[in-house]
Amino acid sequence: MIIAVDLLKPFSYEFFRNGLIIATLAGALCGLIGVFVVLRGMSYIGHGLSHAVFGGAALAAVLNLNYFIGAGFWGLASGLMIGRVSRKRIIGADAAIGVITTASFAMGLALQARFGQAKRSIDAVLFGNVLGVFTSDILAVAGVGILSAVVIVGLYRKLLFATFDPEVAGVSGVSVPAMEAVLMVLLSATILVTVRVIGVLLISALLVLPAVTARLMTNSFGRMLWLSPVLGAIFGGVGMYISWYADVPSGAVIILAGTLVFIAAYSAVGVRRRAQLAGINHH
Amino acid sequence: MTCEHMSCSYGGAPVIEGVDLTIRQGEFVGIVGPSGSGKTTLLRAMLGSVKPVHGSVTRQAGLRLAYVPQVETVDWNFPVTVGEVVGMSRPQRLMRPKSARSELTLIEDVLERLGLGGLVQRHIRELSGGQQQRVFLARALIQKPDMLILDEPTAGVDVRTRHEVLHVLADLNESPPHGDGIAIVLTTHDLNGLASHLPRLVCFNRTVVADGSPAEVLQPYFLERTYGAPMEVLQHGGMPIVLEQGGDELRNRLNRGTAS
Ligand SMILES: Nc1ncnc2c1ncn2[C@@H]1O[C@H](COP(=O)(O)OP(=O)(O)O)[C@@H](O)[C@H]1O
Ligand SMILES: [Mg+2]
Repeated sequence: MIIAVDLLKPFSYEFFRNGLIIATLAGALCGLIGVFVVLRGMSYIGHGLSHAVFGGAALAAVLNLNYFIGAGFWGLASGLMIGRVSRKRIIGADAAIGVITTASFAMGLALQARFGQAKRSIDAVLFGNVLGVFTSDILAVAGVGILSAVVIVGLYRKLLFATFDPEVAGVSGVSVPAMEAVLMVLLSATILVTVRVIGVLLISALLVLPAVTARLMTNSFGRMLWLSPVLGAIFGGVGMYISWYADVPSGAVIILAGTLVFIAAYSAVGVRRRAQLAGINHH
Repeated sequence: MTCEHMSCSYGGAPVIEGVDLTIRQGEFVGIVGPSGSGKTTLLRAMLGSVKPVHGSVTRQAGLRLAYVPQVETVDWNFPVTVGEVVGMSRPQRLMRPKSARSELTLIEDVLERLGLGGLVQRHIRELSGGQQQRVFLARALIQKPDMLILDEPTAGVDVRTRHEVLHVLADLNESPPHGDGIAIVLTTHDLNGLASHLPRLVCFNRTVVADGSPAEVLQPYFLERTYGAPMEVLQHGGMPIVLEQGGDELRNRLNRGTAS
């Protein structure tokens, strides 16, 4: 009885309940968008955007601006700049992302060192802070989550076609650039609203882990699209809960929990493939 | 569909130049040429995914085109099932259970017709080469095209599969009521196994070298201009058979190699 009461104890704190809700929602959202991040090879863009957002968040904190306005504007500007520089083809897209987003990140660090009083909220963006969330953060994650789900379900076939086979999609009447833009906007919005929960340094992992784990569990795009957010939500919720007891930053525990599940799925698939191969060899 | 004095490039020097070609309703046309000669680029220009830098492509208003890419360009590790590949080219209706069911029936019918019944849930990698080719053919056919454009549909498949693919295409090309009367344009490397069976052939190397029936086109003069190597043509039961010249010399050299 005492143990049962103890396991439920964190739920009696409102900040824990809020943290649990937002970690679960953020995990589901990153899992959903992560399907496209993984299948389109956008993980470096995600990594870069989260660093750009850090610079914007630092600037917003120093100037006393609202986080979503400051970081959102900055993230959007960096995204557009990356697009422009890499389209010119003088330097590669990866180098463009590296230069622009690292500069933004460095500016964030400089601002943090120079204006100490803004340190707290900058730290929150760097490492994530699930326990300091406001209702507005929950609403923002839920809003972007609903928007993403509606857009992805509504454009399901076009997004799949443009991702799997862009050339044929283009001649079959699907606007591939439009689909790319839609995914870019959803990815930026996702990073903007979840980065304060997970942290700049870990967000690209949460964009990748649920999706690659789901990929190991299914060969169907449709199934991957719901399995990945479910896994993300589980990683987020369970990681958050464990972090309460482990007294370790929640972002780190969420990623570690996801990594464990990924390793388990990877090993299970390895065993199954080996069994299949053995079966083939016997025939 | 008509290409007039058409040239295309990928930013640099033109890859194909001064192409004049007309494809009429219900035709079955093979395009042959060495690799790198611009066959895929010509198909892309017909489809409109590459715009001509000179000249023009004109398509009849309302002409529905469907494209079957070369299977080598497909990402076989992508998580997608046979049913999902065929369905992706369909317009999306709102998700009502009834329309979802009729949609599935439509997909299953096309697969059944191409001999792929019961494979809807399979991952695309878990199929034979001929089945993989037909999945992408199914995705094109479900769009009910007037003209089907295929890039190397028989590259890297065995003799039996090549036969299967050709028979399916012949059925689609045959005029109604027996077939669908779909115009077909394909590229191929295979002069004897495929090209010589088609009603119309185009020898292509950066531009149209020859255009006509196999008997007219498969001639040493045109083949040498297309492939840049001398070739011999024999007649067998009224069909031209293309032989590479210099085969004897090559055989002798190789045999000398194993003898010493
Ligand atoms: N996307 C591309 N970008 C730049 N060059 C290309 C591209 N695709 C093909 N090429 C070049 O165009 C030429 C013709 O290629 P292609 O049309 O694929 O020939 P084929 O299909 O006959 O082998 C080749 O020299 C090739 O290198
Ligand atoms: Mg080609």
